[in-house]
Amino acid sequence: MDGNMKKRWISLYVENQVGVLSKISGLFSGKSYNLESLTVGTTEDPTISRMTIATVSDDETFEQIKKQLNRLVEVIKVIDFTDVFVRMKEILYVKVKKCTREDKNELFQIAETFKAKVIDYGKDSLLLEFVQTATKNDAVIKLMKEEFHSIEVVRGGSVGIESISMMER
Amino acid sequence: MKGISGNKLLVKALREEGVDTLFGYPGACTIDISDELYKQDFTKIILPRHEQALVHEADAYARTTGKVGVCLVTSGPGATNLVTGLATANYDSVPLVCFTGQVAKHLIGNDAFQEVDIVGITRSITKYGVTVRNREDLGRIIKEAFYIARTGKPGPVLIDLPKDVMAELGSADYPTSVNIRGYKPSTGVHIGQLKRAIKMLAKAERPLFLAGGGVNIANAQESFTRLAEITKVPVITTVMGRGAIPTNHPLYIGNVGMHGAYASNMAVSECDLLFSIGTRFNDRITGKLHSFAPHAQIVHIDIDTAAISRNVQVDVPIVADAKEAIEKMLEYVAGCSTKKWLDEVGEWKVEHPLMMKDRGNMGPMDIINVINEQFEEAIIVTDVGQHQMFTAQYAEITHKKKLIMSGGLGTMGYGLPGAIGAQIGNPEVPVISISGDGGMQMNIQEIATAVLEELPIISCVFNNTYLGMVRQWQKLFYGKRYAMTCLRAGAACRGKCGEVPCPPYTPDFVKLAESYGAKGIRVTKVEEIAPAFEEARKSKKVPTIIEFIISPEELVYPMIQPGGTLEEMILDC
Repeated sequence: MDGNMKKRWISLYVENQVGVLSKISGLFSGKSYNLESLTVGTTEDPTISRMTIATVSDDETFEQIKKQLNRLVEVIKVIDFTDVFVRMKEILYVKVKKCTREDKNELFQIAETFKAKVIDYGKDSLLLEFVQTATKNDAVIKLMKEEFHSIEVVRGGSVGIESISMMER
Repeated sequence: MKGISGNKLLVKALREEGVDTLFGYPGACTIDISDELYKQDFTKIILPRHEQALVHEADAYARTTGKVGVCLVTSGPGATNLVTGLATANYDSVPLVCFTGQVAKHLIGNDAFQEVDIVGITRSITKYGVTVRNREDLGRIIKEAFYIARTGKPGPVLIDLPKDVMAELGSADYPTSVNIRGYKPSTGVHIGQLKRAIKMLAKAERPLFLAGGGVNIANAQESFTRLAEITKVPVITTVMGRGAIPTNHPLYIGNVGMHGAYASNMAVSECDLLFSIGTRFNDRITGKLHSFAPHAQIVHIDIDTAAISRNVQVDVPIVADAKEAIEKMLEYVAGCSTKKWLDEVGEWKVEHPLMMKDRGNMGPMDIINVINEQFEEAIIVTDVGQHQMFTAQYAEITHKKKLIMSGGLGTMGYGLPGAIGAQIGNPEVPVISISGDGGMQMNIQEIATAVLEELPIISCVFNNTYLGMVRQWQKLFYGKRYAMTCLRAGAACRGKCGEVPCPPYTPDFVKLAESYGAKGIRVTKVEEIAPAFEEARKSKKVPTIIEFIISPEELVYPMIQPGGTLEEMILDC
């Protein structure tokens, strides 16, 4: 059972209605499914929202999750992102406080390496914006925690869309 | 602004949907709807005495008529009292449309009087739930609700109606068609899969049909019986599937699971093909999962994709309505050579027949035997507990005798309101409810509804002065420590059980029945059983409560320990 535990991605088309987010998240909590991240926003059609969901589960549970989501009246379509080529990114803000001059220099180097942007600058603080895969963001957060004492992290959860050409994530 | 009020459109919608019976309890937020209903005569309004009983009545009405049960209750407590009934209906796939009143939109979120987020509360126990926020959506939402409730895997739908939206004037049109982009119930059968399953059936040496509640919901009993007869494959059922094939049919073995027949549980454990239709493989059926049907390949037909390969890994999954699939099968199947296997099953039946030991006093089996003898046609409704399992084991269910109960949720208090709903929907059929003395008291106020609606239901109370099923577990697995299960216990004996005399039992069911204007009969001996039912049957307009005094030492056997395997049955000895 634990052998095939891994992170999996689902994209959902749902009705853009009151209570739908609660219904989806309630399904995960009510049935004890892991819900690692969930993002939601409207689409080109204002009556439809699209969600990107990450869950850590085994094969059987993941099959159940997809079936249970499909059963919901408000869910229009369930797309399993496991075996399709997708573009998927997450936004991450890291505010580093109590910086010394050396800290700031290092942060600019980190930004350059990770293709992040320094988007705000204070006397002893910097604000960095990363747009990359969630896994890379994990690595950034780990690094930041090790290198700096006082940081503030906000991450947005991944959004994903199927690729046009066959591209990696 | 022209047009009609939302209240008027709701009544019009009920007419268009052919709602002939509505179960309703009024309140401030629905008084305008009540007022509109006062002016019509196409639908009969039933006023139960409690909203929980109200949903159960609509639920039993739906189960026994095939129509959608319709409820109307007010906001706040009226709505929250629906919760248990909605969960009951949801678990047993019963089509309901429940309208709840709601405070006016500008008050929502203000902690207004009798305001509650009922759609939020019931989100996980309804098939669909929605608050009507705009008057122009009302017609479409009601139309969709009825459609969602009765199609696919049926279930309860809740529509929350803010008072101001219902007062607003708007279009008088009620839609004639439905198009919900996220809800397309599956129709048809995958023929390739079905043929694969049939091929396996033909090859199997020890094939076994397992029929669940889905066969009964799909009304496929007769086709299913034909299927069993043509293939000569023996049948076991879940409790909810009982009656899928007449229980007196030679191919019928019995119920499977926690209180299943010895032969049924042995058959599952020994079969090489388990052909299951319309069951969710609930834990009460499978026992310990790893030891369930250990030698069998499994075919599973179910309307619900999510029920397939959830609890039990299935070799051939088929998503389809039970009736459609069975009728398709009838076009292809042939007789299987099952003689040897049937003999083997027959031996198990002889080895440990489903029987209760005669303990010298009146037992549950004596009562159920009389029901079997006296009634050719009947709807039997049970409550939840030992009496339910006794009934599920011993009641003869045929195409003319139906059994309904809260099988999935196991809701005590279902029996009496269930009988009321069934009788309202089937005025010509004898309706018998069987309850324990515990469950009977959970909705006992409904005797008033039965009396006023002039329903000749026969409500049997198996009174053993205990919450018997829990007591059974205490007797078998908890060293006979009867915590919280004695219904005579109280202040007079607290901490002194066995040292002081037991307080007298309360209530006196016979007097209670009489005080409501119902007939009350107490039965203590075997020879009084048949006359009591004969007496009750004479009544055409008055309900009868028959109290049977039985021993608390009567236990339901066989029994599988929770989490045990089907082969490790505890037998009556």
